[in-house]
Amino acid sequence: MSHLGDPSAPLLGAGDRTHPARGPIQTLDPRARILAVIGFAGVVILLDQPVALGVALALALTVAALARLPLRRTLRQLAAMDAFVLLMLLMLPFTTPGHALFALGPLTASAEGLRLAVDIALTANAILLMLLALVGELDPVVIGHALHRLRMPTVLVQLLQFTVRYVGLIDAELDRMRIAMRARGFVPGTNWHTYRSLGYALGMLLVRSLERAERVLCAMKCRGFSGRFPVLDTLHFRRIDAGLAALTMLALTGLLLLEWRLG
Amino acid sequence: MHILDGALSLPVLLGASTLAVAGIAKGARELDLQRIPAAGLLSAVFFVASLVHVPIGPSSLHLIMNGLAGLILGWVAFPALFIGLLLQAVLFGFGGLTVLGVNTLNIALPAVIVFYLCRRGVAGPNATLAAVWGATAGALAIALTALGVAAVLALSGEAFIPAAKLVVIGHVPVMLVEGLLCAAAVTLIRRVRPDLLGVMSRSASASASARATAGADSRAPHSSPVQPPSEQPAPVFSEQPARLTR
Repeated sequence: MSHLGDPSAPLLGAGDRTHPARGPIQTLDPRARILAVIGFAGVVILLDQPVALGVALALALTVAALARLPLRRTLRQLAAMDAFVLLMLLMLPFTTPGHALFALGPLTASAEGLRLAVDIALTANAILLMLLALVGELDPVVIGHALHRLRMPTVLVQLLQFTVRYVGLIDAELDRMRIAMRARGFVPGTNWHTYRSLGYALGMLLVRSLERAERVLCAMKCRGFSGRFPVLDTLHFRRIDAGLAALTMLALTGLLLLEWRLG
Repeated sequence: MHILDGALSLPVLLGASTLAVAGIAKGARELDLQRIPAAGLLSAVFFVASLVHVPIGPSSLHLIMNGLAGLILGWVAFPALFIGLLLQAVLFGFGGLTVLGVNTLNIALPAVIVFYLCRRGVAGPNATLAAVWGATAGALAIALTALGVAAVLALSGEAFIPAAKLVVIGHVPVMLVEGLLCAAAVTLIRRVRPDLLGVMSRSASASASARATAGADSRAPHSSPVQPPSEQPAPVFSEQPARLTR
């Protein structure tokens, strides 16, 4: 299916999401990585000074390089967000009151607006890049385990695991339905017939999924499911993870100090 | 639709996130062993549905379908849609990390509102009227989402007010499309499995099970965590039994 990329590679399937550990980041404990990115995001949204934000972005770029993110995919993901950033950059200078920077017909751009737009652009890119670098390469199943270990409520973790497990399957189901529709001569367009057909398809998808859920529940009970998944992971918090924690604390303190000194 | 990290002011961010956490907690409390598989599957369905692009004029838009999610899930829409947003943020980089709470609130709260306003209409006896309620649910949920996005933007600063207006205007076509799709989906579900509307909410599903088992079995549904599942027999009251097992 085009919108989920290569059909042969189960995007959200258990197991082989991408590739084995390649860089130093990949050897770190997932819990440490999740906590680091949450801390980073929490600090970066507090920053206002463009210089401090620039340093944060440089930090994120460094980590992304260490994680050896696939260049093309990362750029595509950043570009998808930066389309919105660009819209803001074009709009905010004109909608923020303040010192006039230049005039464009009846509109005046303000320095404050430009500054705000630049701040948002730096913040959004720094956080997204750090997220993709530290957590984006993790297998979703591992993310679930790590969140479980980090005391996220069991119900939510189980919901996450089920979702991760079934997204690929439901996508395949939708794909089958689309092929069937195409085989019957369905061509999407802007008309009532298209909307009704797609609505029926979604409704059917829901019905089938709920019936599948009933079967899944039966199967789980057959296997003695009592409301808890045994977690068979091999997470080890090692020295290097403590190192990451220390480094993160240091970097975040540095960012806050920089902001405070400049502000 | 997508709010960026760093765009919102801190009070707005914290306030909306707190409300989102409360909603997720309320929804999570309705989830027990019986419902988790169904909730997980539906959360996957809405995740996949949000990747479907629907043609409209020269361009296309992607679905949100929070109205339909609300009709089926009730409060469980909060945790289910939160998980979908979390996965989108982590795996695709859609939507920011710090705005996760805001986005959850903006998408799931309309779903819950729609659940309370439209679920009776959708389950009513008249099929045409039910379709109209379905369309209302789909369109209203998007309208409320757009207003929510506009509100958090406008609350974050005067500079964002034009952007907020743009968001509302931009969502009008989405509203129409989702309304039509939701009406069609409701029509189909009524025909195939009418018991599914509101199946995830405790009260609605309890009454559905009670209806299904009336006279045959008087024990309270969902009283024990390990009772035989599938209290609802093969849909006796569907006009057109579904052939689903593969």
